[in-house]
Amino acid sequence: MNKTPPSRILFNIYVAIFLAFMLIPLAIMGGAALNASRFPSVYPWKGFTDQWFIDLWNDDRMLNAAKNTVLVALGVVCMAVPIGTAGGILINSLRGRSRSFLYGLMVAPILTPGAVIGISTLLFWNKFDVPAGLHLSAFGQVSYIAAYVMLLVLARLQSFDKGLEEAALDLGASHAQVIRRILAPHLYPAIGAGALIAFFQSVENFNVTLFTKGTYDTLTVYVGSKVRTGITPTINALALILITITIIGAAAYEVLRRREESRQEKLRELAREAEVATEAALLTGATETA
Amino acid sequence: MRELVRRYGLTLAAVFAGLTAFWLLALVVFPYFFLAETSFRHYLPVDQLGGPNDTFTLSNYLTFVSSSSTTPFLFLNVPIHVYIFIETVLFSSVVTIITFSLAYPLAYFLAKVANVKTVPTLFLLLLIPLWVSEILRSFAWYIILSYQGPLNALLGVFGLHQVRWLTAYNGVIVGLVYTYVLFMLFPIYNAISTLDTNQIEAAQDMGARWWQIHRRIILPHSKPGVASGCVMVFMLSAGSIIVPSLLASPSSRWFTEVIQQWMFESQDWNTGSAYAFLLLLICTIFVSVMMRLFKVRLADIAQ
Repeated sequence: MNKTPPSRILFNIYVAIFLAFMLIPLAIMGGAALNASRFPSVYPWKGFTDQWFIDLWNDDRMLNAAKNTVLVALGVVCMAVPIGTAGGILINSLRGRSRSFLYGLMVAPILTPGAVIGISTLLFWNKFDVPAGLHLSAFGQVSYIAAYVMLLVLARLQSFDKGLEEAALDLGASHAQVIRRILAPHLYPAIGAGALIAFFQSVENFNVTLFTKGTYDTLTVYVGSKVRTGITPTINALALILITITIIGAAAYEVLRRREESRQEKLRELAREAEVATEAALLTGATETA
Repeated sequence: MRELVRRYGLTLAAVFAGLTAFWLLALVVFPYFFLAETSFRHYLPVDQLGGPNDTFTLSNYLTFVSSSSTTPFLFLNVPIHVYIFIETVLFSSVVTIITFSLAYPLAYFLAKVANVKTVPTLFLLLLIPLWVSEILRSFAWYIILSYQGPLNALLGVFGLHQVRWLTAYNGVIVGLVYTYVLFMLFPIYNAISTLDTNQIEAAQDMGARWWQIHRRIILPHSKPGVASGCVMVFMLSAGSIIVPSLLASPSSRWFTEVIQQWMFESQDWNTGSAYAFLLLLICTIFVSVMMRLFKVRLADIAQ
């Protein structure tokens, strides 16, 4: 590790540049939402306006697309979470070749371009005369999002003590009780994180949805078509709203984290003090008896 | 399987197996199979499907290599679709290399140099662009790089000439790097942070130079992360639809755009699936090359 000051300064400068590279484009995009220019840009500045937010609110297709997006995302969560959890539990009980074969199959969709997933989903269901639509988008998205849930559950299972299950079974618990009382509580954090990731991955998805959506619109597809054809600053208004929500969420998380950290710090301090006090008490006790 | 039944009973084991089977068969294996199957069939009107003309054929793949218009590439005249395919693979690799060189120093800094207390805050800041969708991330660069945009305005302030940024593959490369660099950063960070710092200090005590430490200790240790990052960035770049369509110039074309043309404009799903299959093939090849090159298992890449 280079702890010499010059390299550290260099690193700090690099981090600052990288953060600027990641965040300034978002600021520019958000800023353009407030510019009265007909084209999305921060330059030249033509004065402040809230016109684009009003336009956004009056864009019925956009609202409808947003509704569809939430619908698909909820569907994806309802399918991907049980499927991914089941897959994780199943693969955790396998060893050797069958394990690596199934594992390969499960993670393959993560490593597949969205366009390929979308087209193959469309073709498969088309064989059974199922037309394209939001349900196909959900199926296509589940194929890779379930893999994320599976990976989270599998990671969580690594810290699971199988002995607890055995003990419960030996003491006469039914299999359903074992799941409900022992396995499920252990998996809740992974399942919760999986549901969250599934929801946002689904909302984010563009490539799979594009090929499977049929005549429906989702938010990403609608925004995608909008930025490709008639570019208007309403997209920037939407972006500014999303960025603001993200920043508020991030700030709230940061505050909570810091508070938790200082609480832990205080607890540690108290523990240290208590330790010192006990030691002192023991020592005095020892000298007194001596 | 037997263990599953013993632990959770027959009914629950069947539920687990059933859900997994639905996923892997109905959502993964059969769709991929039909993609391949469709790509080897003729494009026919509906009433001829299943008729005598509905036979297996290589014609969809021949379309790929025998397009009438050709483009010069390395002293050769190659068919236009092959050319676009090569360019897509080439520039996806370029994007992969750029994101690696940007992400590796930062991952090392976050894992081993930075103050432990500031790392979560830095991560939070880095995650903000990730939560704002992919389309909007590339849209931001569309605004920045446009001829009348803020970047050229900034150049104007310094008395420099305006530059036409969106030429050739410039815009696409910048957009892809910006959109996907975090997919390189996080796996490498995870890999480096599992390295015991004592190893680095031991090497320093023995008089190793900083580049020797990276070459002999940190890079080998972070191989799984690097492989994972490279696979993700390459796949996302080659399969990207929105970035090339927003930031392309007249002289840059991306393979996914050709796939879209077959699927939506020509409505020829057979040729479309052949092209999609080629995209899948190149990504699979890339994954296996990375696994060989870095000597890692699939479980290390997909984590």
